[in-house]
Amino acid sequence: MSKVTTNTESLPVVASKKFDIGHFARTYMIVGVLILFVAALAILTQGNSIDPRNLVNVIRQVSAIGIIGVGMTFVIITLGIDLSVGSILGLSAVVAASLAQVPGGSLVKFQGVDVPVWVAVFAGLAVGALAGFTNGILIAKFRLAPFIATLGMMSIARGLAYIYTGDGRPFSGLKPEFNALGQGYLIPNAKVPENGLFPLPVVLFIAVALIATFVLSFTKFGRYTYAIGGNEVAARVSGIRIPRVTIIIYTISGVLAALAGVLWAARIGSGNSTLGQGIELDAITAVIVGGTSFKGGIGKIWGTVVGALLIGTINNGLDLLNVSPFLQIVVKGCIIIIAIIIDERKNSKKA
Amino acid sequence: MGEYIVEMKGITKRFPGVLALNNVQLNLRPGLVHSLMGENGAGKSTLMKILAGVYTLDEGQILLNEKPVKMSGPLDGLANGISMIHQELMFIPELSAAENIYLGRELRTKAGLVSKKLMIEATQKIFDRWNINIDPSAQMKTMSVAQAQMVEIAKAIAFNSKIIIMDEPTSAITEREVARLHEMIRDLRKAGTAIVYITHKMDEVFAISDEVTVFRDGTWVATEKASKMDRDKLISLMVGRELNQLFPKVEAEIGEVILEVEGLNRGRLVKDVSFTVRRGEILGFAGLMGSGRSEVLETVFGIYPSESGTIKVKGKEVKIREPHQAISAGLGLLTEDRKKTGIMGVLSVRDNMSVAALDRFSVMGVLRRPMIDRECEDQRQALALKTPSLEQQIQNLSGGNQQKVLLSRWLLTDPDILIIDEPTRGIDVGAKSEIHRLMGELAKQGKAIIMVSSEMPEILGMSDRVVVMCEGHLVGEVSRKEATQEKIMELATRFADEAVA
Repeated sequence: MSKVTTNTESLPVVASKKFDIGHFARTYMIVGVLILFVAALAILTQGNSIDPRNLVNVIRQVSAIGIIGVGMTFVIITLGIDLSVGSILGLSAVVAASLAQVPGGSLVKFQGVDVPVWVAVFAGLAVGALAGFTNGILIAKFRLAPFIATLGMMSIARGLAYIYTGDGRPFSGLKPEFNALGQGYLIPNAKVPENGLFPLPVVLFIAVALIATFVLSFTKFGRYTYAIGGNEVAARVSGIRIPRVTIIIYTISGVLAALAGVLWAARIGSGNSTLGQGIELDAITAVIVGGTSFKGGIGKIWGTVVGALLIGTINNGLDLLNVSPFLQIVVKGCIIIIAIIIDERKNSKKA
Repeated sequence: MGEYIVEMKGITKRFPGVLALNNVQLNLRPGLVHSLMGENGAGKSTLMKILAGVYTLDEGQILLNEKPVKMSGPLDGLANGISMIHQELMFIPELSAAENIYLGRELRTKAGLVSKKLMIEATQKIFDRWNINIDPSAQMKTMSVAQAQMVEIAKAIAFNSKIIIMDEPTSAITEREVARLHEMIRDLRKAGTAIVYITHKMDEVFAISDEVTVFRDGTWVATEKASKMDRDKLISLMVGRELNQLFPKVEAEIGEVILEVEGLNRGRLVKDVSFTVRRGEILGFAGLMGSGRSEVLETVFGIYPSESGTIKVKGKEVKIREPHQAISAGLGLLTEDRKKTGIMGVLSVRDNMSVAALDRFSVMGVLRRPMIDRECEDQRQALALKTPSLEQQIQNLSGGNQQKVLLSRWLLTDPDILIIDEPTRGIDVGAKSEIHRLMGELAKQGKAIIMVSSEMPEILGMSDRVVVMCEGHLVGEVSRKEATQEKIMELATRFADEAVA
């Protein structure tokens, strides 16, 4: 390479290595907000909210929002949106549950069929993968706006879940091995089976979050995800196969929604076709609150995790405080709007 | 009224990580054209955006007619008689010229209803007065860049602006249109308007300006009467050193044919185009705007699929329907429009640099981060990139530095054939000569370079061979020895008369 002579001494640079307090504050503000909320609720509920049993409960509930939020983070970084995750969750839950029923019961979907639990789980995930893949094809190949494609899928998947359950009654009477996925622990307590260390859904949530963090930060696929969100045309000119990456991302989102569905069915011991209604809003809120930009190209998994914890804490806290569930919906709406206002201001400062 | 219509004193402006303006001054007189010169990132546009109210200043003072003013938005600028015509024109493409001119303060009938008729009449009056030959009711999207610019100027006039700022108004228009624009500027000057003219083109500075101010790295360097300036002095003020040669053409050994394009077709702008390029050669693509230069190369690169034609790389035919196939075949394309098709604004310099070469920078999909860091750092030093760090968002860099990052992006893929579309558009003299020198170096290393350029000196100075496009046809080829401005223009306008008739 040629040596080029340019005067770099007069470079007007301020604070390159120095610790930037403003940047630090903007980045980790969300963690502070979470701590603030937890503390405030602890005071308001006179400590009930930080009772260990309640905390475990919160984290269990959060794992569904969080797992979906991880997939949604990929989607939103690429300037997309996935509205179908709640419906995919429901469809996968009923499919997995129907295959995990203890044979012989009167409400069994497939009489005389007895498949191993892993087949039931796999079937649930496969349904989610297929739905997500279809989203990806519609967006990447048919050039539909993500909002439209996944809005359609939202309706289709929910409808299929209703049809699949027939009379709308949930599939219950599930095998204990299946239920263990939602109710069990990584290290079960030998004496008291309903107690133990590390609830499985939480472990899976952490595993999903860690893998996703690795993928986003340390793999080519992760760089491509950011690049597409940063400037899709430039990404294509740089040799990125946009359709392929897009399809994979929506498939990931579908699979993770399905995983959340399977875990949910296992947690409550039945597969209900209405499961997961409205969870797409919680997941999107978690992602945006967690600092992923609605303008694409920016986002971190840990932010989504903290965002999900925040949503879970608020849901749970408002429950404990006996706030009407309808008002809770209003509160969540306000949170997402505030988060987007903050996102706007952060970005306008940089421009 | 005092001597100056505008006095800007001690202006300082900071952006994240960069001190964009450091205690800068500027005085404008009515009825004079004041040119601002300086390398990209020198702070010209920033200073003017402060004057127009687009940015707020951190320190300093602005006096209008000797009275201090405070501006907190573009509307304040307009209210104070200051209009800025931005490099990237801002208008609503679906609306007519008249509606754009009166956008936000639509003319109304007595009944209070917005009246297109009144606006068209008023616009027609302005157009007549200033000899602008445009239909006021035509939609903006049907207009050429030059026409849209005229509408913007008319808008400034309609606002009764006493100060009109033009930020690189000629970067996308033809020479005839430039002459027309300059005519108009002289008329405005006669009417007592103060004009600020930002450009990188030396000839224009001397053709149009009364005074020149030079900035460098966010500081004021000098203000002089244009008549007391000359080219060399101006360049040395801008870069802070002498530039011995603007086009350092390195003699490279020209090797075997590496790319052969035959019978390429794609729509209106690529008609049966054939050409070849050899190792070590810089092939210039000349032609007027809209002649199909960029489109030919974008089709070769797979941005648009071709309708017919063959492409051979190193003698072997390759199928290119998508850019990734072109990259695998050993091509690289630095596109014309940095913002739209080049940079990923919110991503870091490092990510922008390495994105096209990630296949090389990863094993089984996992990034080799130390290798990326090392090679990006090498690029940063080799190209004298001005950025606080590789983590910096690329959108915070100046245009010239963004261009260097994009050039690095392709250097990291180590292509055999590098296509560069307008390598130095909107770039300062210093970065320009660095990029030219680098192109020469690359050719010397045995790479083939294809360069599209609208700047005749660049085409003449850099190319070993020039091919000329006109209305989608490749109409001729000239060797370095035979190439003259006249010859190329004659080829480039071959069909122009027929088109008019």
